[in-house]
Amino acid sequence: MADYLPHTEDEVASMLAFLGMSSFEDLFAHIPAAVRLAGGFDLPPGVSEPDVAARFARYTSANAATLAKLSCFAGGGAYDHEVPPVVRALGSRSEFVTAYTPYQPEVAQGVLQAIYEYQTLVARLSGLPIPNASLYDAATGLVEALNMAGGATGRTKMVISAGVHPHWRAVAATFAKGTGHELVIAPLRDGETDWGAVDASGAAAVVAAYPNYLGVIEDLSIAKALAVREGALFVVGADPVAAGVLKTAGQWGADVFIGEGQPFGTALSFGGPYLGLFACTEEQVRRLPGRIVGETLDAEGRRAFVTTLRAREQDIRREKATSNICSNQTLMAVTAAIQLGWLGTQGLREIATRCAQGAHFLYDELLTINGVHAVSSRPFFREFAISLPTNASETLLAMADEGVLGGLAISALTGGDDPSLELDVDRVLLVTVTERRTLEEIEHYVNVMRKVVHS
Amino acid sequence: MTFAGGRAASAPLMGRESEPTLFELSVPGRRAFQLRTTGVPERSLHELIPVEHLNDEVVDVAEVSERDLVAHFTRLSHRQFSVDLGMYPLGSCTMKYNPKFCDAVAADPGLNGVHPGTPATLCQGWLALLATLEERLCAITGMSAATLQPAAGAAGELTGLLLMRAYHESRGDVRTRVLIPDSAHGTNPASVTLGGYEVTTIPSNDRGLVDLAALKSALGPDVAGIMLTNPNTVGLFEEEITEIATAVHDVGGLLYYDGANLNAIVGVVRPGDMGFDIVHMNLHKTFATPHGGGGPGAGPVAVAARLAPFLPGPKATRVDGRYDWVTPEHSIGRVHGWHGNAMVLARALAYIEVHGGDGLTRVAQHAVLNANWLRHRLRDLLPAAYDRVNMHECTLSASNLKAAYGVKGLDVAKALLEEGFHAPTVYFPLIVDEALMFEPTETESLQTLEALAQALERIVERAHVDPEGLRQAPKTTPVSRVDEALAARRLRPTADAR
Repeated sequence: MADYLPHTEDEVASMLAFLGMSSFEDLFAHIPAAVRLAGGFDLPPGVSEPDVAARFARYTSANAATLAKLSCFAGGGAYDHEVPPVVRALGSRSEFVTAYTPYQPEVAQGVLQAIYEYQTLVARLSGLPIPNASLYDAATGLVEALNMAGGATGRTKMVISAGVHPHWRAVAATFAKGTGHELVIAPLRDGETDWGAVDASGAAAVVAAYPNYLGVIEDLSIAKALAVREGALFVVGADPVAAGVLKTAGQWGADVFIGEGQPFGTALSFGGPYLGLFACTEEQVRRLPGRIVGETLDAEGRRAFVTTLRAREQDIRREKATSNICSNQTLMAVTAAIQLGWLGTQGLREIATRCAQGAHFLYDELLTINGVHAVSSRPFFREFAISLPTNASETLLAMADEGVLGGLAISALTGGDDPSLELDVDRVLLVTVTERRTLEEIEHYVNVMRKVVHS
Repeated sequence: MTFAGGRAASAPLMGRESEPTLFELSVPGRRAFQLRTTGVPERSLHELIPVEHLNDEVVDVAEVSERDLVAHFTRLSHRQFSVDLGMYPLGSCTMKYNPKFCDAVAADPGLNGVHPGTPATLCQGWLALLATLEERLCAITGMSAATLQPAAGAAGELTGLLLMRAYHESRGDVRTRVLIPDSAHGTNPASVTLGGYEVTTIPSNDRGLVDLAALKSALGPDVAGIMLTNPNTVGLFEEEITEIATAVHDVGGLLYYDGANLNAIVGVVRPGDMGFDIVHMNLHKTFATPHGGGGPGAGPVAVAARLAPFLPGPKATRVDGRYDWVTPEHSIGRVHGWHGNAMVLARALAYIEVHGGDGLTRVAQHAVLNANWLRHRLRDLLPAAYDRVNMHECTLSASNLKAAYGVKGLDVAKALLEEGFHAPTVYFPLIVDEALMFEPTETESLQTLEALAQALERIVERAHVDPEGLRQAPKTTPVSRVDEALAARRLRPTADAR
């Protein structure tokens, strides 16, 4: 028997008496007996925190692939970046962690200003002026971007590169069943999108990824030209870390930027909570999904922050709202602002550079292994796909025995075969290097791979 | 007697000056970051990446020392109300105490250091955790299977509507409308539109409940289902729920349970026993995961057996003595980039395990006791919109103050901030004039409730003697009332907007 309830038995009795009642039952007497739960829950009885901790220790010990046990070369939208103690300490301050949505700005300036700083950083990383206060994850960002494009153009055809992360596309396909959007997937050729392979006429959106999910950095001017020709919104899903060295989505002419903000201060966390980055042009501001914080003044003329353009949102606009989002990922957004503050201008550039250096070093080494081939000849940033002489999923398990999480099997990401890829996906591995991987770890990876594929 | 309780009036939540932004603190060349020495050979980016991809401008972040970074965000945190600081009686939001133990569980690198794309064999602990949570949530709601993917309540709603759509379509049944009471949360109608349905609004009767006759007249073969919150957003139990369920099922519709108010009924009534087919839960409400200033949440959706084949996938499933990812046969597909807000899910499971079935039942009992005590304590001050036994929240009205002194519900809410309490939910639900919705939750003590009541007594007294002062409140907070019109008219969402 454990809980966090403050009342003593005497207090409960006095409170019930104040209501003219004698038991808890009296509080629920108006609920029809036919629907009442008889006999209580089919749940184990409550136990103390240490007892639950012991139960959870069984879960943690059954996770063979933790960062402490394996060196991580898996990416695909979830990256092992340095999260220093200072960021963890600030991001876990209970004033941020246990606050609610900042609906009362007089006592929520802390969260509001942190979001404003986050929005400023998202705008700079994306090269687009109108950010929002966050979405659930990048996959939801894609859904919201498509909804924005549908609203802006009155059309339903969405032309999406197969280089957009398979999970994001899968989520978009699920929600398209409600919106009636038609998703047209442009296939990859040599790791680059073949926009000419699909009929893009009358598209509402043209969606490209930068880099794409195989790691390739594509020339986005072709996609941009296609969007311009069709009068579609140009949506770019970009790795925000890449903005440390690569061109921003805005520089490529994007109308909408979406991205996964997990690399900025959020642990791998088995996939969530992550951080959906979103920004757009001023033309689309009235269609922006979710909350946005703006600067204003208080009654005494001091700078203050407040959620603004509220008339777009579900609690006011109801069935005509731009999105149904209410809770978002504010804590991850605040943490991203803290992490970016810690990295600074130089640090962002430095980690992006180190990711590229590590990835290219490993790539060159792996291609010396007999039977290991590049999937694409095109340039990449921090991750790349290779085809193996062996099954990728089985290879990963064998590598784990040697202390390496060797990447992601493409077949696991795509949920089997992906008709948009011209590949035998079972043999393809997606490999990522972050700034945390040492030369020793990379060399160990190469040795393990050589041993595993030729054993 | 001193009523300290959850009143935060002693906290130095004030300051006459604004905090500079991170960008104003920035000094070119200053740095905080430190990275691992890797030994990886350095190569020029120009050797690695074609020049047309390289940004010839440097993206300006901010350049601060670690000390300045800590000072800045610590000061920002001091300008922020939170559950840890004081009572947050926001109706409909269930701002209960968030146990630190659950945060500690989520901080374990054995959980948060696992990559979401890890082969199932190598993360059996996580799959076992998720499968256990699914079982627990089904037991709590009286349902048969669940998805843990939706990242928040609204995502759960939309998932539920797509399940509704998939179910009907699998039967060759074309339906176009979803019914929603006029008291519903705004996410309900917004989700219905995104689910490809039209909203039909059902009026409430003078008891604050669904008007059963109006509901029946709105029903027909084109109705896909109804979305209900029970207890509803006024804090009242829909006593005719069985009749509602029968009527909707009779025309082939489904019942969707919006779990926003589940905290009122855990261990007392199960949505499944009331006839609901689809249930979303807000783990950040009922199961005490922290709100994070607006998120993350988690909105798992549990369903009756006939809808289970349509659930999103893949799901952690026990197969031949081990766990694997399995996608249900007629799955609507993914609704999250990975497996849902996993660290929120872990916290919720920890909370459920600590409480057990017995503890969760006490949660509902105490939550309902507190809300009723508060309503009764305030009966002569701020009358309840519907003066009878409520559930976990009570909807009061400031219409008497408005009529007598020109003091609105918003003014009462703002004055409460000066008193060291967070405001209640104001102007919602829409069906109550000058609504002030208080949800004290079960974790606030009798002393805190009394302190809140006394603060409201002082405010009502002030409405009598100084209504203008109330309309200016709050004055002791980090900022006073803000110019919302200016924020919208002259949009500045970033430090670069001018």
